[in-house]
Amino acid sequence: MSAARTHLRTAGVAVRSMLLLTAVLGVGYPLVITGIGQVALPNQANGSTVSVDGETIGSRLIGQSFSDADGNPLPEWFQPRPSAAGDGYDAGASSGSNLGPENPDLIAAIEERRAEIADVNGVDPEEVPADAVTASSSGVDPHISPEYALLQVPRVAAERGLTEAGVRSVVEANIQDRDLGYLGERTVNVLRLNVALAAMGG
Amino acid sequence: MTTITTAPPARSETSHPDTPRKTSDAFGAAALGEALPGAFRKLDPRRMWRNPVMFIVEVGAVLTTVIAIAEPFLGGPDASGGSTIPASFTWGIAIWLWLTVLFANLAESVAEGRGKAQADSLRRTRTSTIAHRVTTYDETADPSAAEAEISDLSSAELGLGDVVVITAGELVPGDGDIVWGIASIDESAITGESAPVVRESGGDRSAVTGGTRVLSDRIVVRITSKPGETFVDRMITLVEGASRQKTPNEIALHVLLASLSIIFVVVTLTINPIASSVGAEASVPVLVALLVCLIPTTIGALLSAIGIAGMDRLVQHNVLAMSGRAVEAAGDVTTLLLDKTGTITYGNRQASAFVRLAGVDEQSLIRAAALSSRADPTPEGTSIVDLATRQGIQVGELTTGEVVPFTAQTRMSGLDQPDGTRIRKGAGSAVIAWIEQETRVDDSVRADLDEQIDRISRSGGTPLVVAVLSPGGDGRILGVVHLKDVVKDGLKERFAELRSMGIRTMMITGDNPRTAQAIAAEAGVDGYLAEATPEDKMELIKKEQAGGKLVAMTGDGTNDAPALAQADVGVAMNTGTSAAKEAGNMVDLDSDPTKLIDIVAIGKQLLITRGALTTFSIANDIAKYFAIIPAMFAGVFPGLTVLNIMGLHSPASAVLSAIIFNAIVIIALIPLALRGVKYRPLSASAVLSRNLLVYGLGGVIAPFIGIKLIDVVVSLIPGF
Amino acid sequence: MEILFVVLQLGTLALILALLYRPLGEYMARIYTSKKHLAVERGFYRLIGVDSATEQTWQAYMRGVLWFSGIGVVVLYLLQRFQAVLPYSLGLPAVPEGLSFNTAASFVTNTNWQSYSPELTLGYTVQMAGLAVQNFVSAAVGIAVAIALVRGIARSRAATIGNFWVDLTRGTLRLLLPISVLSALVLLAGGVIQNFNGFTEITTLSGGAQTLPGGPVASQEAIKNLGTNGGGFFNVNASHPFENPTAWTSLLQIVLMLMIPFSLPRTFGRLVGDDRQGYAILAVMATFYMASALILTSLERAGIGTAPELAGGALEGKEQRFGIFASTLFGATSTLTSTGAVNSMHDSYTALGGMIPMLNMMLGEIAPGGVGSGLYGLLILAIIAVFVAGLLVGRTPEYLGKKIGPTQITLASLYILVMPILVLTGTALSFAIPGIRDDVESTSIWNPGNHGLSEVLYAFTSASNNNGSAFAGLTANTPWLNTALGLAVLFGRFIPIVFVLALAGSFAIQDKVPVTAGTMPTHRPLFAGLLVGVTLIVTALTFFPVLTLGPLAEGLL
Repeated sequence: MSAARTHLRTAGVAVRSMLLLTAVLGVGYPLVITGIGQVALPNQANGSTVSVDGETIGSRLIGQSFSDADGNPLPEWFQPRPSAAGDGYDAGASSGSNLGPENPDLIAAIEERRAEIADVNGVDPEEVPADAVTASSSGVDPHISPEYALLQVPRVAAERGLTEAGVRSVVEANIQDRDLGYLGERTVNVLRLNVALAAMGG
Repeated sequence: MTTITTAPPARSETSHPDTPRKTSDAFGAAALGEALPGAFRKLDPRRMWRNPVMFIVEVGAVLTTVIAIAEPFLGGPDASGGSTIPASFTWGIAIWLWLTVLFANLAESVAEGRGKAQADSLRRTRTSTIAHRVTTYDETADPSAAEAEISDLSSAELGLGDVVVITAGELVPGDGDIVWGIASIDESAITGESAPVVRESGGDRSAVTGGTRVLSDRIVVRITSKPGETFVDRMITLVEGASRQKTPNEIALHVLLASLSIIFVVVTLTINPIASSVGAEASVPVLVALLVCLIPTTIGALLSAIGIAGMDRLVQHNVLAMSGRAVEAAGDVTTLLLDKTGTITYGNRQASAFVRLAGVDEQSLIRAAALSSRADPTPEGTSIVDLATRQGIQVGELTTGEVVPFTAQTRMSGLDQPDGTRIRKGAGSAVIAWIEQETRVDDSVRADLDEQIDRISRSGGTPLVVAVLSPGGDGRILGVVHLKDVVKDGLKERFAELRSMGIRTMMITGDNPRTAQAIAAEAGVDGYLAEATPEDKMELIKKEQAGGKLVAMTGDGTNDAPALAQADVGVAMNTGTSAAKEAGNMVDLDSDPTKLIDIVAIGKQLLITRGALTTFSIANDIAKYFAIIPAMFAGVFPGLTVLNIMGLHSPASAVLSAIIFNAIVIIALIPLALRGVKYRPLSASAVLSRNLLVYGLGGVIAPFIGIKLIDVVVSLIPGF
Repeated sequence: MEILFVVLQLGTLALILALLYRPLGEYMARIYTSKKHLAVERGFYRLIGVDSATEQTWQAYMRGVLWFSGIGVVVLYLLQRFQAVLPYSLGLPAVPEGLSFNTAASFVTNTNWQSYSPELTLGYTVQMAGLAVQNFVSAAVGIAVAIALVRGIARSRAATIGNFWVDLTRGTLRLLLPISVLSALVLLAGGVIQNFNGFTEITTLSGGAQTLPGGPVASQEAIKNLGTNGGGFFNVNASHPFENPTAWTSLLQIVLMLMIPFSLPRTFGRLVGDDRQGYAILAVMATFYMASALILTSLERAGIGTAPELAGGALEGKEQRFGIFASTLFGATSTLTSTGAVNSMHDSYTALGGMIPMLNMMLGEIAPGGVGSGLYGLLILAIIAVFVAGLLVGRTPEYLGKKIGPTQITLASLYILVMPILVLTGTALSFAIPGIRDDVESTSIWNPGNHGLSEVLYAFTSASNNNGSAFAGLTANTPWLNTALGLAVLFGRFIPIVFVLALAGSFAIQDKVPVTAGTMPTHRPLFAGLLVGVTLIVTALTFFPVLTLGPLAEGLL
């Protein structure tokens, strides 16, 4: 009897505190952060979008594919890493491949990608860097390694009828060093690189 | 409160827990042979159940045996984890599992066997004897029961409160207190000490124990124990370990070992379902082997032997613990209360100097002091004569004159010589009063005397004033004998050791604070309680305990009983009253108060031994894993052979070797379990690092070597 | 050169944590010992109807924890079931029953195991009012339980161990909320989004279509790390650029995960009145942390395995901006703190590298572990270590003046038993029951062979330890795994908590044994080393056989 009442009392306190905390933490807190974000940091808060001629063409943080409707890479654009998100760079369904190190599918895919990239870019398969043949974690990785970007320079230049030196300098201008010089890896943002490339004309 | 006892045997300073006084064949072939039948009897699952770790091994042994019997009919042993298993493998595992269980039982039997021998000799003293019961005892009218009606009956029929008469040559029929008389008693049946002891009514040495023999005189004894519950009965049950209850630490350790075993049972049971997903199931004998190797069998097998042996070690020190809990508590003690007299000092004051007053010839002082003491049989008196002799003054054997003995009224003793000269020695005030009956004491003499008395008192000594009164009534104070408490040798070092172990020593004395302080400083104790009454002692214990400390003390008097009961470890002297023996949780048959220190060491040793073997047992798992796991699955996953860092011959030999090691290590450690890990009085950090190194690191390394060596032998067996 | 980057990265982290250790630890000590209530707290206590001045026995404290968490499960379950009618649900339907149960259990227990893909399953209201709230309060509950245990140790002859509602409120309002606000804003500045835009259709540079997600991510990201919860706003968790856009935000998130668990030893030291005891606990945590991070990093760097060797590096499932070092440090941190967030896919780690996150969890989440749970987990192991070592010095073992007797050892042993039993039986049952086995092998497991076994083992390890990370190839949204893992997270959280609180009560009522030279010191390197050894043997060794069948068999080909 009294034990039941004790429990009932505790349950009451639990319900009331849960409701109150939900109001503070689940409604108040995110709204305050959203308010500050929208006022003080609207670009970041809304996804660091990139616009060309007033049109939003993507986010500098979210990788996008440069392929045709059938999924074939468009050779005139710098190509991002393989993606396991949806049909590739589906930002509505982020995903890694989750394939294990001994998974035959992954082994086959890596071999295939290496051969294809070597073939398309006219290089020795040995020269293809690791990031070019492996799917990222998010499936929307916006970056590639400087090595992979530079490897694509001759192909892109040839496709666009630009000089290799010109394209290479755009790539080099888009190489981002590690944060603080030692955090993470050196990267090239594919969307920004391609926006700069598009600005070159050709 | 100062209890004066005769100087105890000095052996306590030399005896140590590692050197049992009574030799017993700890681990001889004979002891093994005697223990073997017991080891087999203990295989009864109803008994094994109480030791969950070994019960699991027994179940595994049964299971493996059944499989070994069935295998030939089922087409030989199953392959395990992709490796083929030789036909003799299952039998090998089964046999060694049975041996593992037997070894564990053997350890317990051997430990019990040692107690049994002691119990048997005790039992012989219990043979019933004829008791002469006083039908109606009247303590005021006829305390000696000389006139009373006596009826004879068997000692087994004696009840609580009965009064019996015992005369020289008879056995004491039961435990009791002497209500009238004095007798010398042979207690060797219980204490092993052949010299007779004196017991008398009143005071703190009135207790007699059933089974001991009265050698002289006639005493009247009131029985204080019920039949079957006598001291000897309790001793027998204790040394036999029949009523041995698990101590708190033992229970805790059992819980920990049981949980580890449960985890490893789960590990083993889940292996095959999980392994089935990759087609690497192990055979049942291999799984049983893995389980037995992982559960802490070493400590599980030896735990009860360690406990029994710990109690046994106390018995060998002639100490009876009423419970295992008390032994463990002894290891935890943080404060030792030690009676000054008999424990810290030799129990009697000795003359250390003759201090003459101004204008007195030293020779005459010494002569007077010696003369007045020559007929004085007390240790003080003897020591004065000895000191005089050493200083070249011989007073000869001749007794001329009348000896005046010490009385509580006069507080003096001395000699009245034939020529009328009277010599007295005694307390300052008494001697002055005596002189001043005849003549006045000079103020300057008095000042001089007071100064000397004061000086001696301050240093913790006892001043004994010597004075002479000539026949003509000419009184003269000659000087002072400096009596000093003599602190036993080596105690200061012993107390320093205790201090480093984290144990404080407190000296209890009836002396005044000044004397107490001086002796405390000389003995190197950490504190003292002066002018102590039993109530003060009780207060002190309670105060210490309130701060979370554990207190150990010794006592013998009836008025010690409450304090003995209050103390966490109360050691009653066998010479003491039965009230004291009832109140304490240990009885020292040698009545040696210094033994408290040994008891503490034995308590610690018991815990250390358990801890050491637990550590060793668990540390062994690492090597066993590396022996068995690669062997289990390497058949399916050859890459796992890199984990076979011992390079064991084959999966079958690896598993069998691990099991054999597991069994042999039990046998190898039985002596250590019985003897106990050597305890060194060091700080906890030092003890920990040493024991961790030996039993932790040793426990990691030893099985790697052991299993490898066994594997070399096992690999010679055809098929392995 | 690369080694230098690893060292610099670890050095930066160590420096930040070292600078936080004393102020944060002492701040937390003040939070949980202060007699004063803030005005807002007093209002809060009035509203929920508790007397903040009254302390509770361990039973009453436990009632509070269990009722509060139970109500949390119900509320979160209902929110998901009624998602369709909630605002800002992005048109998503109600979450199915099994998944709702699993998710509710998972977030209330500070696990944040996600059997679902958030952007396809949950709208903003459930994320904010359901998940984010539990992110706060489950963390506050964890710290409260740890503090209750420490109080029990610190007190003597006391019947009570504090007031749960006060501890919950203070932990939330004084500790978690302010740091979350601050760090959410920093993350925002780094590019983490915070909006209610829903999905935005855009035309890409090359003319394709792309759907960009929106959402209140920054506010959630901050507390998800700070409270060692780990539940991602997006499917790929902290590898999603909107959750974790740069290498420095990644380091910030690592700091957030570690700051409370690594500073709690200071709080512990303060409360028991001996800072050295805190350093000893910290040393054990740091030893495991450093060793784990370095081993994982070198294994991934070595890239042993067919696929990584073929690709020229273990970059499958890793983001280019993080590379290997920022991925492995995050992975080690997340699995050692019971957070379970990931910025790389553990399923695609090398076989031996993938074993390290598992081992991290199998240690029992104690290095430094989840907020609160890490401290109480390690203190339980310390009790076991003290018991064995205490016997070795010849005294009834005691820890910080408290005797470790049968009651304490029983409770500590029961605590230790829970996790391995859950992990091993859960994994074994997945393969032992034929119907379930078929389902697990055909539906759930993604990679073939030993790796598939590892996925199931990882799942149960993660759930039972309330971590929440996964070998994410595993399809866990099945009746068996939703149920089994849901139960594993609940049992793995609350059964140990009951034992911890009972232990707190048993300590509080005890007298304190004074420290003497005979007391085994528990602040010296020797004891810290012993604790490391006991932890390894008691926990990790238990899993040696299954690890052999999973990652070791896969990696030692």
